[in-house]
Amino acid sequence: MTDLFIAVLMRDLRLAWRRRIDSLLPLVFFIVALSLFPLGVGPEPQTLREIAPGVVWVCALLASMLSVNLLFAGDLADGSLEQMLLAPQPALAVATAKCAVHWLVSGLPLIVAAPLVGVLFGMSVPALVALVFGLLLGTPILSLLGALGAALTLGLRSGGMLLILIVLPLATPALIFGAGAVGTIEAGQSAAGHFSLLGALLIATAIGAPLATAAALRISTE
Amino acid sequence: MHSFAASPVVANGGFPLESAEPILAAAGLGGQRGERMLFRGLDITLLPGQVVWLRGRNGRGKTSLLRLLAGLATPTEGELHVAGQSLRRAPAAWRRALLYIGHQNALKDDLTASEALSFLLRLGGTHSTAAQIDAALHRLGVHQCRHALVRTLSQGQRRRVSLARLALSMDQTLWLLDEPFDALDADGVAALNELLAEHAQRGGATLLTSHQALSLAEPVPRIFDLDHHALA
Repeated sequence: MTDLFIAVLMRDLRLAWRRRIDSLLPLVFFIVALSLFPLGVGPEPQTLREIAPGVVWVCALLASMLSVNLLFAGDLADGSLEQMLLAPQPALAVATAKCAVHWLVSGLPLIVAAPLVGVLFGMSVPALVALVFGLLLGTPILSLLGALGAALTLGLRSGGMLLILIVLPLATPALIFGAGAVGTIEAGQSAAGHFSLLGALLIATAIGAPLATAAALRISTE
Repeated sequence: MHSFAASPVVANGGFPLESAEPILAAAGLGGQRGERMLFRGLDITLLPGQVVWLRGRNGRGKTSLLRLLAGLATPTEGELHVAGQSLRRAPAAWRRALLYIGHQNALKDDLTASEALSFLLRLGGTHSTAAQIDAALHRLGVHQCRHALVRTLSQGQRRRVSLARLALSMDQTLWLLDEPFDALDADGVAALNELLAEHAQRGGATLLTSHQALSLAEPVPRIFDLDHHALA
């Protein structure tokens, strides 16, 4: 099982590297979308500082959804997915590897970019730390749920939109606790409760979502 | 050859391994695509050393049958055994025993030919060295493009790279090939025939579809005709 996991992971990372411009698009989207808010809401530092955590989280969520769309589509089109499901090892390895690749390629860059954006929004250092820590726990949840949505909508004509409609409601708890953690830190309280809940969400999705994704992949290729 | 096609399983006796345990045994198999029933009550037995040519008109369900035998789709009825193992009971053992090459080549555009081949082999649990990969590509006559990206290869070259798996899939006793001769030139056909003959000699079985007549001389391909298999 680990063998299949590593094989798919290494192949997809190599493919992402070969198409690095495409791989960077979610990050570009994240930064461009974030930079629209000061223009739209107005440049008052107080307002920007207040909305920053929520805005960063919403943009991270949307950036993840846009990129997760193509997670399985290419492999379905060229027959690779069929071959992966024919491997003697369980399809769970494929589902987990795909989630891991998605997080490494489009989740991790967002976490790296978030503090820079936070500074532009005038966030304080403790708030930035809370934001990054929250994203570290939260973005894997988005990748796991996104992969599930992508597997469920695989091969459907309006799959992209449907995927977002399926995943957004499931991802709202992560959004609430992630953005809420920064809020409590800024109010001078401990955010331990928020982080515990995010951690619990991560564990629950990490256990449940890949299993469901693997099952959905089998159904989609049938 | 066509006279054999009247019965679903062509029995032209005299093959030395006739009494051996079947590699693939399907009984009363039924399959459907969407809502439409494609076939029902299908019996196929593949013995060691056999090459069976699965024939039928377009849309008759050849690919569906292959996918069903590969375990990618579920039969609506009937029993399936590969190497004595039932798909439902032992899916992992089932998948270890078979190699399925579909109509699509399953090669990624942004990998080189040897990377793509080595990934496909690894999926099947075969860890191959660079030399083995080179040798396999050489057998199919595409070793000169082993470092070329798949996107730069022609259709025929891609097919050859994808078929090069066969040269390193000795452990898989059952080969299910969907239109393997597609896009191949005379050299490619000869190379594939050689691989099929070797596989049969090792005691493996092959079920393949092709819209051209097979040129394989040894073993003589048996014919399984879906058109003559009436829906029960």
